[in-house]
Amino acid sequence: MDKHTKKPLVIAVTGLNAIDSPGPGVAVIRALREGLDRELRIIGFSYESLEPGIYMHDIVDKTYQIPYPSAGIKALFERLNYIHAEEGMEIIIPNFDAELYNFIRLSDRLAEIGIRTFLPNIEQLEARDKINLLKFGKKHKFHVPEDKVINKAEELNKLAEDFGYPLVVKGKYYEAIIAYTIEQAHKAFYKLSAKWGHPIIVQQFINGTEINIAALGDGEGNAISIIPMRKLYITDKGKAWAGITLEDQELIDLANHFVKATKWKGGFELEIMKDAKGHLYIMEVNPRFPAWIYLTAGAGQNQPATLVKMALGEKVAPFTKYEVGKIFIRYSWDHITDVKEFQHLSAYGEL
Amino acid sequence: MITQKLIYERPFIKKMNAGLMNKFGTRTEFQALKYIDGVSVKSLLAEYGSPVFVLSEKQIRRNYQNAVRSFKTRYPKVQFAWSYKTNYINAVCNVFHQEGSWAEVVSGFEYRKALGNGVPGNKIIFNGPDKHPEDILLAIKNDSLLHIDHFDELYSLIELCDTQDKKPRVAIRVNMDTGVYPIWDRFGFNYENGQAWNAITKIIGSGKLKLVGLHCHIGTYMLATSAYAIAASKLCELATNCKNQLHTPIQYLDLGGGFPSTNTLRGAYLPGVDTVPSVDDFAEAITSTILAHGFKQDELPLLILESGRVLIDDAGYLLGTVLANKRLSDGRRATIMDFGVNILFTAFWYEHKISPAQDFTHHSEDMVLYGPLCMNIDVVRESVNLPLLNRGDNVVVHKVGAYNMTQWMQFISMRPNVVMIDEKGNPHLIRKAETLGYLEMQEETPTHLKSINL
Amino acid sequence: MKLKKNIATSENGFIFNPATGDSFSSNPIAAEILQMMKDGKSSSQIKAELLDKYHVEELQLERDWDDWMSQLKDANLLEQ
Ligand SMILES: Cc1ncc(COP(=O)(O)O)c(C=O)c1O
Repeated sequence: MDKHTKKPLVIAVTGLNAIDSPGPGVAVIRALREGLDRELRIIGFSYESLEPGIYMHDIVDKTYQIPYPSAGIKALFERLNYIHAEEGMEIIIPNFDAELYNFIRLSDRLAEIGIRTFLPNIEQLEARDKINLLKFGKKHKFHVPEDKVINKAEELNKLAEDFGYPLVVKGKYYEAIIAYTIEQAHKAFYKLSAKWGHPIIVQQFINGTEINIAALGDGEGNAISIIPMRKLYITDKGKAWAGITLEDQELIDLANHFVKATKWKGGFELEIMKDAKGHLYIMEVNPRFPAWIYLTAGAGQNQPATLVKMALGEKVAPFTKYEVGKIFIRYSWDHITDVKEFQHLSAYGEL
Repeated sequence: MITQKLIYERPFIKKMNAGLMNKFGTRTEFQALKYIDGVSVKSLLAEYGSPVFVLSEKQIRRNYQNAVRSFKTRYPKVQFAWSYKTNYINAVCNVFHQEGSWAEVVSGFEYRKALGNGVPGNKIIFNGPDKHPEDILLAIKNDSLLHIDHFDELYSLIELCDTQDKKPRVAIRVNMDTGVYPIWDRFGFNYENGQAWNAITKIIGSGKLKLVGLHCHIGTYMLATSAYAIAASKLCELATNCKNQLHTPIQYLDLGGGFPSTNTLRGAYLPGVDTVPSVDDFAEAITSTILAHGFKQDELPLLILESGRVLIDDAGYLLGTVLANKRLSDGRRATIMDFGVNILFTAFWYEHKISPAQDFTHHSEDMVLYGPLCMNIDVVRESVNLPLLNRGDNVVVHKVGAYNMTQWMQFISMRPNVVMIDEKGNPHLIRKAETLGYLEMQEETPTHLKSINL
Repeated sequence: MKLKKNIATSENGFIFNPATGDSFSSNPIAAEILQMMKDGKSSSQIKAELLDKYHVEELQLERDWDDWMSQLKDANLLEQ
């Protein structure tokens, strides 16, 4: 449709925490505002009261707090129903890993009330989970770091032989320690098992260059957009501070292969490690747009806007080119607001 | 003259901060639960005291029928056996037996309880590592199914048979790697290292026992349906080998229990109601594996399930009362209930959902819920957001039907009444609160300690 | 037990402490009490009014009053 239709397109977006370890929401919204040729009303969904996007009224038209994922599907659906009655949302774009499970489980019921999403299914979501990644890689012939789930420290000796040093010793939920000797590995094992319990995951260490790929799948095996990027500089949390688009057919082939193998639907990010032999290891698959997604718009493949078109049922042909050598540099910006806005949001859950 | 006074609520301020506060998050816990199966919570408390366990017969039957339907619509031969340790109050057991369930027991007293309830001996499965010789003899006499746990038991059973003219019907419990850790390898015979096969050949070689089944129970509150598919396929493999190599067809495969109830585990991020697979999902994984294994139609083994918690957890409620409110040294609010981990043992691993039993205003507060025991571990919920509760207010704890009424401790206070609401909505007392007399019934005081003089 | 002078309260029950930057929300009865405290009423005066207006036992109110004071103290809203 066109910009002459009166009613703006209402899109809800999460991840408004544009802070030092940013959520992608604000970047997604900027891309949407630039890439869609019609008037938009952007609804922000926030979990916390100080997510910067909430207070940036030229980015987000109205924000509603939504329940934490841990409150469950029922609580979320009730809240979305309330917001829907106010706003008449057409599309929701969730941007956090932790909330995806709930939104995916709700997608059919959302569709019934007229809200579209463009998300992978639960099987796809789980296949790329940390603990399943090795199996997934083996099945589809991707390079992924070898890992083994262990319950006894004695098993470390054999793994050290198989994987070589250093070993990455990972806790069940969080934390990873890099061990260069068997003593360090044992220490890491006991420390992490005391903290997080069993099992412990031991992973092969891959040395190389880190590359990220943002891509968009149509759910039928076609990659509609693929943009590879290398971080030029990182913060002390390992987040990109600046990054540059790359030209490398192997990276594009890898992402294409991934989408074909998984029939991925929606946006995702591949974290790649290119080792000395030039092998491309998939280290992690993030099931949503990355925080640097605005670079895809800057490079000529606006992924968020394209996702919206697909969610609305438009057939979109795969992009064929993008600008190489485009750089993003992230900067911080002190936005001024008043305590009244903070209080209002905190008390009423909307602003 | 009567003036209409306003409803009072204690004054209360709440700091607004960036992270913690989110009253849009936990709304679902904020529904007063005033009736259980049409019976008012307040009337139950008035009649049976506080705290009190309440079980819904309707819900138990519904759970059982749904589980049976999930399996029977996928597989022709299915039998459930009620796992006594989950809840062995006779009224509860008999609801299951009326529905057609056999009994699964793990001790001599549970075995006799099942007999006492009228379960025919040949419909009792006797599991566990601790079967006494006199229990075993009784079970042999009654033609019960003996599930052998370890080699020592196997040898002593073979020995016992010398004195018997009957061939006991036996199965072995098998443990295995199903991709879920830790492996429960302390029970039964291991599959991967050949122990299980070794035990099978010994049983058949002895000529004194009749091997009729294969059993496993791979864990409890299992979240992966794939683990059951693996377990079923390993048992099928053993069964085929028994038939082909030892000419002993296996009559049944017992996949044990372990299906999760919809409680939320402590520390889990997402609530149980949203994440645990349904009985249908497990049924699909198990039955499709067995059906695909290649048994001939007339040789399909009977499929036995020993489900416990999934059949009864959500049929049980614990009703209790607020004893006191406190503020802790760090400013957090603490509410002390008249029940604790002594009778709500499962508070150690579940974040039980708790509802107020009366109307309340929309203000809520994060609080710690403590039990009444004089010990630090007596925590019902580490952190829960609830409406402001006053002394004397009542709450309902949800999904407490499994394991609490068997693992409860008589510590500091007595075990309370247990009530079952029948399908017509009539409450019945099914286990009386313990009394001092009951407690002291088993005591013997030596004569020289009978009198004191203070 | 007096409220700090510069505490800002709003009709909706919001409280802002300019000295610390903290914000608070309150339930209606708390907002009402705060207003009375700001108006300079003594605690016995306030309690009497509450007993008059609300359905509450004196003993209960007394207990909650102590808790109320400790909340205000924790929140740094009282004059030292
Ligand atoms: C042998 C056996 N069968 C069945 C059960 C019942 O398990 P659940 O309540 O997890 O279904 C248990 C419980 O520990 C068990 O040990």
